[in-house]
Amino acid sequence: MVVGAGMVGAACALYAARAGLDVILVDRGPVAGGTTGAGEGNLLVSDKEPGPELQLALLSAKLWGELAQEMGAAVEYEPKGGLVVASTPASLTALAELAAGQRAAGVSAVRVGADQLHELEPYLARGLAGGVLYPQDAQVMPTLAAAHLVRASGARLQTGRTVVQVLLDTAGAVRGVRTDRGDILAPAVVNAAGTWGSEVAALAGVRLPVLPRRGFVLVTEPLPRRVRHKVYAADYVADVASDSAALQTSPVVEGTAAGPVLIGASRERVGFDRSFSLPVVRALAAGATRLFPFLEQVRAMRTYLGFRPYLPDHLPAVGPDPRVPGLFHACGHEGAGIGLATGTGHLIAQTLTGRRPELDLAPFRPDRFDRADPLDRFAEEAPPWIP
Amino acid sequence: MTAHRPVLAVIGAGPAGLAGALAAAARGVRVVLVDSAAEAGGQFYRQPARGLGARRPQALHHQWRTWERLRTGLDTHLAAARVTHLSDRHVWCVERQSDGLTVHALIGPEQEESVAVHADGVLLATGGYEKVLPFPGWTLPGVVTAGGAQALLKGGLVLPGRTAVVAGTGPLLLPVATGLAAAGAQVVALVESAGPADFTRRARTWAGAPTKLAEGAVYAARLLRHRVAVTLRHAVLEAHGTERLESVTVAALDPEGRPVPGTERRVVCDTLAVGHGLLPHTDLAEGLGCRLDGPGVSVDDEQRTDVPGVWAAGETTGIGGSALSLAEGHIAGRSAAARLTGTVPDPREWAPAARARTGLRSFFAALDAAYAARPARWTEQVTDETVVCRCEEVTAGAVREAVGTLGAGDLRTVKLLTRAGMGWCQGRMCEPGVAGVAGCALTPARRSLARPVPLGVLAAPADPSTPQ
Amino acid sequence: MDPLKLTRARPGAPFTVTFDGREIEALPGQTIAAALWASGVTAWRTTRGEGRARGVFCGIGVCFDCLVTVDGRPGRRACLVAALPGADIRTQVGTGHGEAGHEGAGPEEASHERVEPR
Repeated sequence: MVVGAGMVGAACALYAARAGLDVILVDRGPVAGGTTGAGEGNLLVSDKEPGPELQLALLSAKLWGELAQEMGAAVEYEPKGGLVVASTPASLTALAELAAGQRAAGVSAVRVGADQLHELEPYLARGLAGGVLYPQDAQVMPTLAAAHLVRASGARLQTGRTVVQVLLDTAGAVRGVRTDRGDILAPAVVNAAGTWGSEVAALAGVRLPVLPRRGFVLVTEPLPRRVRHKVYAADYVADVASDSAALQTSPVVEGTAAGPVLIGASRERVGFDRSFSLPVVRALAAGATRLFPFLEQVRAMRTYLGFRPYLPDHLPAVGPDPRVPGLFHACGHEGAGIGLATGTGHLIAQTLTGRRPELDLAPFRPDRFDRADPLDRFAEEAPPWIP
Repeated sequence: MTAHRPVLAVIGAGPAGLAGALAAAARGVRVVLVDSAAEAGGQFYRQPARGLGARRPQALHHQWRTWERLRTGLDTHLAAARVTHLSDRHVWCVERQSDGLTVHALIGPEQEESVAVHADGVLLATGGYEKVLPFPGWTLPGVVTAGGAQALLKGGLVLPGRTAVVAGTGPLLLPVATGLAAAGAQVVALVESAGPADFTRRARTWAGAPTKLAEGAVYAARLLRHRVAVTLRHAVLEAHGTERLESVTVAALDPEGRPVPGTERRVVCDTLAVGHGLLPHTDLAEGLGCRLDGPGVSVDDEQRTDVPGVWAAGETTGIGGSALSLAEGHIAGRSAAARLTGTVPDPREWAPAARARTGLRSFFAALDAAYAARPARWTEQVTDETVVCRCEEVTAGAVREAVGTLGAGDLRTVKLLTRAGMGWCQGRMCEPGVAGVAGCALTPARRSLARPVPLGVLAAPADPSTPQ
Repeated sequence: MDPLKLTRARPGAPFTVTFDGREIEALPGQTIAAALWASGVTAWRTTRGEGRARGVFCGIGVCFDCLVTVDGRPGRRACLVAALPGADIRTQVGTGHGEAGHEGAGPEEASHERVEPR
């Protein structure tokens, strides 16, 4: 029983079904109705510092590559590679250090000199200090990916059905869920509710402090392929790992199979505020046109926003919840849920079937925040709408 | 209060915007009228381009005396500098700020530079646009919207074609057919899918609106004079042609709205002017976070939206014709003038306009129901090969697959899975068609940019100005 | 009767524009769409997916079907932009931004890869 039909829920359903389980997938909205439908579809290793998340990303990239053999065109899988550029020698040095660490962890990262940047990206601004090419970075169209993984899983999909309670037996173990349209009994429940993962956890009586971080994406008119890779500035990595509540924007620019160029990425902690913010969109446009001056004349057609689910230490919760037998979590992937979905689904399927997970799940333990002292650094993570 | 006179930005210079601008300017408010056209008038009073030197533009218009009064009023206020008219300004966003609102508009047909106007209040009078439901062949050149045919005629004094069929449903088809015929086109058929029974059923409503009945009688007489054959409860099933429109298939509809077998006939034409009613322009309101009520912007009795300082009037609040737009605009302008000068308005002062508003709203609700009763089964005529999203060339078959095999149950998911509505027009043209083919509800799209904006414009904000 | 006569119009002196190199007469103030229709041209764009011909549809700037390349600038709405004397109006192919084999926004903007239609 998987709660949440976004990308992560779809991947959990697929790998669980392939491990021989009978899977029901429930979502209160449609497939990909939350953060999945509001993302760019990044499958990135480049933006992750060495550590458990990078290991998950590498596993996921391998699995995405396998899935691409089955359904690559249908989900618009593009192994386009990422190009991270540095504008100053100082940021290039920092980028080179990051890349060295990533390389040691198994990432393919190729130094690109200032003079070689335009062979890779002919329309890139002049005068940049250099960059690093990450051939393992790829992209999918996230809504198509979620829909096709669900279909391939053969799971029973029930959209428009809201889970209102996680049912526990007398011993405190999961026996199913109560929904607005009746009970569904299952010995295992996977919380893949993304940004709303804390709510589902609370229905089972446990705390999982998933919080939203708002992001805007700007979409241009359709163009011929002018931006070949996913191109972003080196500052992006710092923003991803940042703890600040304030707005951060660092340009992330990429072309799509369908024609439009996508421009991200902003991060703000403003709760679930859906209102449009012109200053944020202006900052995105300014960053993108600095990287690709030709975009100044290109028209933006729309913006969209989504809420990235993050946990205080910026790592997802993946695996069984020791507090409630039968409850599993697969949420809190922040801006990387599409990319990390396959690895997450694979690891969840392994734990569901009692096998030893391919990666050590300790850093992703869902109960890791219970140990936190209220005065430690996570104390500042109270949602901003609470006075 | 600040020392300067409060500024009301009125967006749209059609009947609602003009009525609002005049009412506010007469009551101590500085009005900035921002409009995309070169001349005031909106779609209803669209003026011929000045260079064409038309000396009798009223030959293509209705209710011209009202226009002359609006025009004179505007000229008076312009001369007294109570109103500034910014023509050729395409508003792409209205931004809420701590000290008021800023209207961002692209300049001229090039739309490569933007200006910003700071105001204390904003009246959204952005009107509506035409809804067209898809059918095989509707993307052929030569097929235009009914309103588009009228715009070419009124604005460019160009006859869109020699031999025309006017088809679809709704009250707009009558003036379009009579206008085309008067201007010299051979209107070979006016094909309306609503049937007589849809109207007789609501006889009491019509009897309560004598001026509207008279309007209908005038159109009937004109159609007769130009020998336009009116066929009720018929529909155009398909448009034919290779590089452009050559003919259409017309058939009778049964009471359920299905074509009656054996009644199909080919009608040769070079133009098909087609429309299925109008939709409100709500992008700016959506960007501001205003609540919608059905397809239109939700307003209170003073025409205020739920966002402080923002009023809405005319078809942006719901389709109801020019007379209703005038009443709503007038009320909005008076309310804004009072509120922006720090007083509470007395609704008794605009009681006549409020009465007109009540009557016209119920009349149009009945009219809308009469017309909407007809194209019930239209999706059955949309073959899988028919393009439903014109921009992204998404077929009805792809939409049906998204619903059938990929499990999409709402418009947003259909859009994400098929790209229908993600192209240049951002779904404005295809949303009703896609929703109909998918069998899901037409939900608001939440478009934050009201039109495409160059990234260079976004990246370098213009300094807001308050015109003196 | 024609619309000019009906409204007793006395337009300014006609001038020429070119459409795909061919000379076309236009009247002052007319939009490109109006001028092209008056000359019997109803299509001035081919779609980027199927390459289908398109022209004016909504006529009021909403549908973007009438996109055309004017004086080298793609993506102009023919129903909004006035025809000016000597304007070089060209059929817009695909995105208008210079797909392989077609004129684009300028020589430095020549494309390196073909657009991938879905």
